[in-house]
Amino acid sequence: MNLNSIPRPLVELHPGQTGRVVALAGPSREVRLRLRALGLRPGARVRLLGRGPGGPVRIEVEGCCLALGAGVARRILVAPETEDQG
Amino acid sequence: MRLALVGQPNSGKSTLFNALVGLRAVAANFPGTTVEVLRGRAALAGKPVEIVDLPGIYSLAAQDPAERVARDFLLSEKVDVILNVVDASVLPRSLTLTLELMELGIPMVVVLNMADEAEHKGIRIDSEKLEGILGVPVVFTVASRGVGLRELAAAVARARVPTPPRYSEAVEALRAALKGPDPLPAQPAWVPPPVREALRARGYEDPAELWADERFALAARIFREVAQVAHARVGLRERLDDLLMHPFFGYAFLALTLFLLFFLTFRVGAALEGLLLPPLEGLSARAGAALGEGVAAQALTGALEGLLAGIGIALPYLLPFFLLLALLEDVGYLPRAGFLLDGLMHRLGLHGKSVIPLLLGYGCSVPAVLATRILEDERDRFVSAVLAVLIPCAARTVVVFGLVGRFLGPAAALLLYLGNLGVVALAATLLARLFPATGPGLILEIPPYRLPTPRTTLGKTWLRLREFVKVAWPLLVASSFVLSLFQALGLAPYLNAAARAVTWPLGLPPEAGTPLLFGILRKELALLLLAQALGTEDLPAALSSGQMLVFTVFTIFYLPCVATLAVLGKELGWRRTGLVLLATTGLALLLGLGARLVAAAAL
Repeated sequence: MNLNSIPRPLVELHPGQTGRVVALAGPSREVRLRLRALGLRPGARVRLLGRGPGGPVRIEVEGCCLALGAGVARRILVAPETEDQG
Repeated sequence: MRLALVGQPNSGKSTLFNALVGLRAVAANFPGTTVEVLRGRAALAGKPVEIVDLPGIYSLAAQDPAERVARDFLLSEKVDVILNVVDASVLPRSLTLTLELMELGIPMVVVLNMADEAEHKGIRIDSEKLEGILGVPVVFTVASRGVGLRELAAAVARARVPTPPRYSEAVEALRAALKGPDPLPAQPAWVPPPVREALRARGYEDPAELWADERFALAARIFREVAQVAHARVGLRERLDDLLMHPFFGYAFLALTLFLLFFLTFRVGAALEGLLLPPLEGLSARAGAALGEGVAAQALTGALEGLLAGIGIALPYLLPFFLLLALLEDVGYLPRAGFLLDGLMHRLGLHGKSVIPLLLGYGCSVPAVLATRILEDERDRFVSAVLAVLIPCAARTVVVFGLVGRFLGPAAALLLYLGNLGVVALAATLLARLFPATGPGLILEIPPYRLPTPRTTLGKTWLRLREFVKVAWPLLVASSFVLSLFQALGLAPYLNAAARAVTWPLGLPPEAGTPLLFGILRKELALLLLAQALGTEDLPAALSSGQMLVFTVFTIFYLPCVATLAVLGKELGWRRTGLVLLATTGLALLLGLGARLVAAAAL
């Protein structure tokens, strides 16, 4: 079993690493629907582009770049796809 | 005939709106620029039509205020044709909204905008195939360059009511159960037990989530059918973002950008002022001499002085500032600043998205307060609106640069801006104590950089300057006229006496009271009427450096101008607006006193 593919919060990906969304645990229905509308749904492929000072992450999903606060990104579970580069 | 522009945020609806009806809407490169319904008239293929620009929506199911505005409009007002504006470069995601719109039973045209950007990303779309699948006309446009508008006009004539797409049995059962006046209920009130069972079997609690996922899957299938994707190049954009959103270089660049924004405004403004002011002052002196004495003549001279002050003092600073701000907006820098400042804003009980209204606040408080609608959380909207009002808008920049910058030097002006940021941070901390944060945090799309076209950037600068010319000049002329009349009739002392409650503790001359009262109409008036009220153009002779500082600090913070009060009342309700009014005035008095003490100690 590959330990690297165990689902983990989106914030824990390394910059440049991709993963597939496994589950969304948004704090509210509105937020979950908003994230879905932006393409963040189970099965979607995301790539972490970078991390900002104080916790936010930049990700690429559906060909768009999104900025997510740490609180939101912690609640999105992803299964990493590419090898750990860190 | 009424056409409604509907699309996801940042798909170029406002740019298309401007291209169709002439320059009316402010477009910018960040999601959520349009928060209200804008209407315009145009001729399409020779026929007059009404065109409505709706706020951008990711989906009809979501719930933020801008989205509710768009949804309510579509469901309650008569719309003859929906122009579904789609950012062709992010087609799969955009198609999910298209699929939702197809449920409404309104004739539709799909407008694949930003066709050039899609091509740049290596995406080629077969519009005829897409037209065949969706059953509605599909046209390509590049709104920023006016490409494809004629084809769009022709397509409107062919617009048809689409057939709603079919989904899985569970969703179809849900759709049947939901049949009612609202074709797309935001929150299904009741779901029949068998449907609920079907949902649960597939791992869903919320029917809307299942529907959304199936819509996404269908959109992805359609995309694969109609689009060919060449290998995407690792863009310059991405590398630029790695640099501009870097934890260290990003901050350095942000600081440099903000510094340059104000430094250039000050330098260009001072240069323009030096060019314009002397001849205008000569003109006003000659006109005064020609008109002679008497109440009417004095009042007329006053009105003329007001007009000339508007040209000579306000315009020189507003022009470069609005131009630079428009450039920053159109390039797409604002969302990046939001990302960089998210961590910092968290400490203040907000998140990165609030940076957008706050930065817009440097332009004008009115759009800044309206821009708080891009925030999902009601509490975040309230706090951001209050803070945006404390940010010195362009009108207050005129006072800061025209008084402190001009007579005490640019360093003092810069200190005022930094001090203002400190006050905003303190106010945010205090508000976070009173109203604990409840929102979900930052969820913000970062659009690609776009090269601003002269047409959009200059156009926007002009739209904002025109606001000043149309609203501020008449007010300025009228106020100067009234002020001169008061002076000629010997009434000014009464106004000054009324304002003494403020001018006395602040150590300002009584004559400064009237300009401050008029400043409630428009903040520039405080400065522009000051010379007139003091009876001399030579301000340093009439005011000490300390008094100039105190006057400026008070002007920055005391009650928001009437236009801002009106929009605050609309967004926050009048009770909260009243509180903001009291709090800002108290704050202004306190800080004015503080500035007086600092000035007494330092100057």
